[in-house]
Amino acid sequence: MILPVSPSNGQDDMAAPAGVCLALDGVSKRFGNVRVLEDVSLSIRTGERCGIIGPNGAGKSTLFNIIAGELPPTRGSVQFLGRDVTRLSTYARARRGMARTFQTTTLFPRLTVVENLVLALQAHSAERFQLLAPRSRFRARDAEACALLERVGLVGRANAVVDTLGYGEKRQIEILLALAQRPKLLLLDEPTAGLAPGDATLVTEMLKTEREGVTMVLIEHDMGVVFDVVERLTVLHNGRVVADGPLDTIRGDANVQEIYLGGKL
Amino acid sequence: MSVRTRWAIAAATGLIVALLLPRLGVPTFYISLLTQTWIFAIVAMSLDLLVGFTGLVNFSQAALFGVGAYTVAIGATRFHITGFAEVIVLGIVAAVLTAALFGLVALRSEGVGFIIMTIALNEIVWGLAYQWVSVSGGDNGITGIVRPHVGPFDVSANTGYYYVCLAFFVLALALLLIVVRSPFGLVLKGVRETPRRMLALGYNVWLYRYLALMLSAGFAGMAGVLFAWYNQFVGPVTLSLDQTTQILIMVILGGIGTLYGQLFGAFVVVFLSNELSAVTQRWEMILGLVYFAVVMYAPGGLVALVPRLWARLRGRRAALATEEP
Repeated sequence: MILPVSPSNGQDDMAAPAGVCLALDGVSKRFGNVRVLEDVSLSIRTGERCGIIGPNGAGKSTLFNIIAGELPPTRGSVQFLGRDVTRLSTYARARRGMARTFQTTTLFPRLTVVENLVLALQAHSAERFQLLAPRSRFRARDAEACALLERVGLVGRANAVVDTLGYGEKRQIEILLALAQRPKLLLLDEPTAGLAPGDATLVTEMLKTEREGVTMVLIEHDMGVVFDVVERLTVLHNGRVVADGPLDTIRGDANVQEIYLGGKL
Repeated sequence: MSVRTRWAIAAATGLIVALLLPRLGVPTFYISLLTQTWIFAIVAMSLDLLVGFTGLVNFSQAALFGVGAYTVAIGATRFHITGFAEVIVLGIVAAVLTAALFGLVALRSEGVGFIIMTIALNEIVWGLAYQWVSVSGGDNGITGIVRPHVGPFDVSANTGYYYVCLAFFVLALALLLIVVRSPFGLVLKGVRETPRRMLALGYNVWLYRYLALMLSAGFAGMAGVLFAWYNQFVGPVTLSLDQTTQILIMVILGGIGTLYGQLFGAFVVVFLSNELSAVTQRWEMILGLVYFAVVMYAPGGLVALVPRLWARLRGRRAALATEEP
């Protein structure tokens, strides 16, 4: 495959060699005169679990939306699995193996838990165009969905309408939906937002027990979760990457502690 | 008795009654109104596929319906196409093609934007019907439409035509019920609920809306063809915005997202408008009040009232049973 030439800022290592899952090259984003992201470059290897932290307004969610394709960058490029996806739509990126969760729960509230999961499971299958056969002909999908629910102990809620679930359960389904896509890259936008500590542990367990080889990018404010799940940390501040490296290095970085962690950890 | 068997019994009873009605000495006038009910139920169901299952409030449904109706009229008067099957197919194809065009324009926006775009599109088609006199007959419309034979059967009489429309209603209901229960139907519901998540899951939301629009248009066009034969006259009123509104009221009255509910919505609107207009000029006001009452007190539509009344009735019976020694 020929790699597209991107308007590089001189960092040739960004040209996505084998083993790089996601590469951002000089990504900037402006809303009018507001500079939300300023020349962000990142390279995340396949299988790496990377956390993105930063104070509110640092540009984390904007960065996520650019990676997922919901927003176009003002400048720069996004490469996924060695291919420039900057101009690809959200669904096209999803079909190439990108999955994301949302900070505010974004499920299908009037459908049942199983139906929610089946939508994720059948997303890449031809059966999504099958319109003259009832869904009861595709029981295998329901079984697949139940197997996933079994993993998180929610199989008893399989036929409950999502709207009737508790908040913690919804958060679990939020992540389960992304896992059901069997993604190569999993983008998690504050998966434990608003959860009680006990429920946050459930979510952390889900992420830690997910199969090897799934690349994860995690935005999170709960440092306990971050330290538990990721091995690499990127710190955003005022739209710029101010630190990037192995978890322990960043934890010890005095500059980062001052900006974000507000003192010694 | 399971819910399923209860439904099957209700549907079978309804069908038997519908089949027997013309034989029970029901006046022709009412048979004619019921025929109209079957036709409008089809177009209302087609709109429910969009409003209730896909989340698209399409205000150009009357245009799609009208394109089917005008296909019959123009086909018969200009091209001498009068065969039953070919006209049905032609009407459906014309409506689907119209929707294919509409979709390219209207589906660039969603929500309120989509509504406004479809209002504009409906007005454009209405304008064509009203002003392109050489083709559409303008305000005078097109008269002289003759009901065709269905195979060897002469259905030009009201009773015969009643059965034709009933058959098409049953067919449309069955097909649409299958569609909304299929994997594709689940995708439509997903698009209705949370398009953003559907995109994140890898669904081309635009495409499913587009397909739903064309599918809906097929049924609307079919209803339009049946209406032209029923009415034996087609004019701009057939595809006016008023017509769209009336179809939408049928959808809401019956119960959004139910399909079978639209039969009751169509029934109420057709009978009220005909019966009341004989009594008072202000019948639309009364229809408005009925609409208001349903939206306020039975937001799930008329069909949502049935289980509620049923539960209340059973509750009372159960209460009586426990009071007995």
